[in-house]
Amino acid sequence: MSGLTLRRPSRTTTLMAAAIGTSLVLAGCGGSGGGGGTAPSAQGPECAAFTQYGDLNGKTITVYTSIVTPEDQPHIDSYKTFESCTGATVKYEGSKEFEAQLPVKVAAGTPPDIAYIPQPGLLASLVRDNKAIKPAPAAVSANVDKYYPETFKSAGSVDGTLYAAPLGANVKSFVWYSPTKFKEKGYAVPKTWDEMITLSKTISAAGEKPWCAGIGSGDATGWPLTDWLEDTMLRENGPEVYDQWVKHEIPFNDPKVAAALDRVGGILKDPAFVNGGLGDVSSIATTTFQDGGLPILEGTCYMHRQANFYAANFPEGTDISENGAIYAFELPPVDASKPTPILVGGEFVAAFTDRPEVQAFQAFLSSPEWSNAKAKAGSDIGQSGWLSANTGMDAANLSNPIDKLSVQVLQDSNNTFRFDGSDLMPKAIGSAAEWKGMTDWITGKSTADTLTFIEQAWPKS
Amino acid sequence: MTLLDKLGQLVVAIVVFAAIIGLVLFVADRARGRRAELWQSILFLAPSALLLIVGLIWPALRTIYQSFFDRTSTNFTGVSNYLTIFTQPELLLVLRNTALWVVITPILATAIGLVYAVLVDRTRFESFAKALIFLPMAISFVGASIIWKFVYEYRPNQGNIQQIGLINQFLVWIGLEPVNLLLQQPWNNLLLIMVMIWIQAGFAMTILSAAIKAIPDDITEAARLDGCGNVRMFFSITLPSIRPALVVVLTTISIGVLKVFDIVRTMTGGQFNTSVIANEFYSQSFRINDYGIGAALAVLLFVLVVPIVVYNIRQMRKVNAR
Repeated sequence: MSGLTLRRPSRTTTLMAAAIGTSLVLAGCGGSGGGGGTAPSAQGPECAAFTQYGDLNGKTITVYTSIVTPEDQPHIDSYKTFESCTGATVKYEGSKEFEAQLPVKVAAGTPPDIAYIPQPGLLASLVRDNKAIKPAPAAVSANVDKYYPETFKSAGSVDGTLYAAPLGANVKSFVWYSPTKFKEKGYAVPKTWDEMITLSKTISAAGEKPWCAGIGSGDATGWPLTDWLEDTMLRENGPEVYDQWVKHEIPFNDPKVAAALDRVGGILKDPAFVNGGLGDVSSIATTTFQDGGLPILEGTCYMHRQANFYAANFPEGTDISENGAIYAFELPPVDASKPTPILVGGEFVAAFTDRPEVQAFQAFLSSPEWSNAKAKAGSDIGQSGWLSANTGMDAANLSNPIDKLSVQVLQDSNNTFRFDGSDLMPKAIGSAAEWKGMTDWITGKSTADTLTFIEQAWPKS
Repeated sequence: MTLLDKLGQLVVAIVVFAAIIGLVLFVADRARGRRAELWQSILFLAPSALLLIVGLIWPALRTIYQSFFDRTSTNFTGVSNYLTIFTQPELLLVLRNTALWVVITPILATAIGLVYAVLVDRTRFESFAKALIFLPMAISFVGASIIWKFVYEYRPNQGNIQQIGLINQFLVWIGLEPVNLLLQQPWNNLLLIMVMIWIQAGFAMTILSAAIKAIPDDITEAARLDGCGNVRMFFSITLPSIRPALVVVLTTISIGVLKVFDIVRTMTGGQFNTSVIANEFYSQSFRINDYGIGAALAVLLFVLVVPIVVYNIRQMRKVNAR
């Protein structure tokens, strides 16, 4: 008995020591995170534009995006002046699983401060279903009103309230081609859809394939075809019908949509026209979108319809210019007498909190200073394919001629724009049924069956 | 996060773990009286029970609950999610594919493993031959899928374009046209199943080989003396002797197959009619944001797995009891 009582206290003391040890380590860990902010460096002239954001010393803003390496670097670089002038720290996290993970983070109650959302449809669902997004602060609204086209403003708005300012933008209605090859063969850039088909037939008659395409993109396989359909919707039926289609005021399997899809099929489902250097019609489904236009360089394909950002997929050193190895023309209209809206896309800055430093960062991102800083940061490290719809953006900061051309297109007040329809539609359509439907369509399903499948998937509630 | 931060977190995690274990031991040690043993058992079980409740039981109950609600888990919709699964043609196809997987994979993987185990048993190069078929087990599903994607890769037979896929290169060598293999429905499902078999045959072979070696020599010798030939030997002696091990292998593979996700997602992303329940559950929940159907699919998967798990555990006990 006495032996037991002797041993017991010693065991207790050991445990006590362990417990004290634990709390010490925990305390030490908690301390290191806190006072880490550095004082703003000397307020030089470059900081003049940043005084409006006040002193944010020691504050941290977390950003969650789908933009991953290597495209993330110019983003991170573009925040440097903001960070050094205001003292705030921006923590950037890119994820390829962004679209799936963001709603999970929101539902779990641990959203980031700011997310760059590439689809207005996802933005709308986060606003309506989760009520998680704060309306854009006044400074952001003022910037958007002043610098951005209406199409971009309304794409960042839900039920008439602006929630998210535009960030990057892309111009989708481009057909990539090789000016040198066209010149060599004596082909001219087509001005109307019919001319484009005639040209395709000429090339085909010469024993070559005029078009190449690829829609493979992991579990987003099919999305390049949704852009094709949107472009032909605008050309076949005009912007009013396009808007009705996007808002589901006409069904997805309306004859007008069928006509537009058949117009796509007139090119992509014609074995005489595709798939230059890549296989038969069905090879479009298994070719990745990154590889889809590369045969132009090899001379096995003549035309590839893809947005301005496709510039980044050509090998480094490719001469992308009006008379070079690669350039792009605007996808021609069906009826040249009517102006055709330009199909655009982009991502949007949504905030899940209204802390002052976050609102200051939002205001910065919506300002021309940021767009220009981002463009410069990209050009500095030789990246192309990025631009912004901010009218305060100076095209001289971009290195790629197609990007410069895109900025001119976006800033031309005579142009009208329409936002990428699949990105505006509910996720069940724009990020699921339409992708699957289009993939099935290119591998053999009929136009009518495909459109009916997508129509039936439209959410009832 | 710097390396130092991560190491700090690691240390904290270890210390906290040690402290909790210490606390449990300390309290258990203080238990006195007639029921001391009962209290001690409860205390020792508490941490794992707590983790099971938080990490498994509560989410399972919540998933079942959600499966009766709509897309955003706000309105009760009864069994309509289940009705959708069993009526919508696209989802019926998913069920058909899952059935294909569950029927074909365990049978083929086990059969290949068994035949292989019997063939190499007590040969000179047994361990080398076993290593060959066991190696794929060490490759992750995603890694294996990428390897096989290259095997099936397709390039058109035009001009100077070279095939990069093994199978299509063979086809071109013997003078046939290359085939875009992953697009050939419904055969593409078999091409995906092939990957799973490639991984699992090694597992089946290892377990079954051990079971074959455990058959007592006196039985086999007696059979030989009675004039039993090789084929008769296999069906009358080997197979009955290793039956419990065979069932364990079959059911274990079945459970793995029902949950298959990585292979489908990596190779086709569920496109070209190759989706299975686990893949469809992910895309419904996280891509389409339809938590109702996602949850219903998860529950369906659960219902399908449970009987196999129960059977598997029972057989496992039998094997262990011998």
